[in-house]
Amino acid sequence: MDSIFTRGPSINSRLALTLALSVMLIVIDHKFDGFSSTRVYLNSLISPIQYIANLPGVMLSASAQRLTSHQQLLSENERLTNKLLMMSERLQRFDILQSENSQLRKLLDAPVKPEMRKMVAELMAVDNNPFSQQILINKGAIDGVFPLQSVLDDRGIVGQVMEVGTTNSRVLLISDVTHAIPVRSVRNNIRFIASGSGSLDELILEHVPHSVDVKKDDLLLSSGLGQVFPEGYPVARVNSVVRDESRPFATVTAQPLARLDRLKYLLLIWPEEQNAIETPSGEQPAQEDIKLKQPEDNDQ
Amino acid sequence: MRVQSRFFVIPVSLLIALVLQIMPLPIEADVYRPDWVLIVLAYWAMALPNRVNVGIAFITGLAMDILLGTALGIHSFALSVSVWVLVANYQRLRNYSVWQQAIVIGLLSALYHLLVFWLQHLLTDIYFLFDYLWPTFTSMLLWPWIFWLLRKSRRQFRVT
Repeated sequence: MDSIFTRGPSINSRLALTLALSVMLIVIDHKFDGFSSTRVYLNSLISPIQYIANLPGVMLSASAQRLTSHQQLLSENERLTNKLLMMSERLQRFDILQSENSQLRKLLDAPVKPEMRKMVAELMAVDNNPFSQQILINKGAIDGVFPLQSVLDDRGIVGQVMEVGTTNSRVLLISDVTHAIPVRSVRNNIRFIASGSGSLDELILEHVPHSVDVKKDDLLLSSGLGQVFPEGYPVARVNSVVRDESRPFATVTAQPLARLDRLKYLLLIWPEEQNAIETPSGEQPAQEDIKLKQPEDNDQ
Repeated sequence: MRVQSRFFVIPVSLLIALVLQIMPLPIEADVYRPDWVLIVLAYWAMALPNRVNVGIAFITGLAMDILLGTALGIHSFALSVSVWVLVANYQRLRNYSVWQQAIVIGLLSALYHLLVFWLQHLLTDIYFLFDYLWPTFTSMLLWPWIFWLLRKSRRQFRVT
């Protein structure tokens, strides 16, 4: 059974082989992104384990649903009816504003913003990997989910789709250290880049000069500049501004508006980017800006 | 029946370990989640080094990379190294008492977490928090029970 002839290669050469393979995989996966298509199949292959791991949670919430009392249901019903009433009142005003806005945009010859397709997804699992913040949702390629799609909750932007499986997909949260989102301040339209800090309740605004007008409680919306996230969705609220003159930039932190630690239902949106972005008028000013900036840089 | 079931004990135990490794937990408890996969691999590598060694560790690590969404190869690297340490010394480790083994498992778990951290640190700029080493203690406490359970199932099903 354990004879010397059936042992195969020695343990050290096996280690060398697996380590070489691992390093190769890391390099191919991370540096060249070589597995983006294979990962779909790998994810689907391994998703049964994910579903099994999810079972206890699903069963718990199912039994909790069965056990909710009549009283609770009534009070929830009342609360939701009230909310619906408030929302529909706001929607009436919104309808008028929207038609007014589209008329004004037509007058200005600006492209009218199209309606976006939306879909509700449910949280399946939160990764317990402490080094990256990702969640798994229950919609995948068969529902039309695509990589880089924006994911929202009821308060603001949650993140973007990173990998798509057949029936589920992986979402990178805005608070992940590798994630950054272009935002703009509502108060004065100043643009920032909000990158994740690795903790769920903090984003860091990078490279903010000391002179920039940014205050605590400023609301930050997505600016749509990275062409990943649609424009105008709430992202975060500025938490603290520290202007330490001994440092090159001010330290500005913001708190995400989406409750990243208690996600349950999420919204996937399909932007109709073709009509909105491919207008030539949008590109020309940007190029002029670059041309104008270059001489200044040389002078300095 | 018995002839068939003894071939499935190791894969099934590894699958259960993978499920436990990714099972959603409340955030407060999540930090203390023990390294189920590492412990189960460690038991089999010590008990049956001719059946479970670096190759199986590599494949399990790949499964973990896919499940956890890390770059392919990170967990397989760390698990291969950890299991290699065990397999290279299995004759000595078998003679230790269970609590001595638990200390070895704790050290191994620390090595595993440091390796994962170090590889991730090369790829992204993350910072080290001592919270990352909590699983080391829980794994150490868990080892005697897993050892007992897996030894019982190994003898029951006569896994060789």
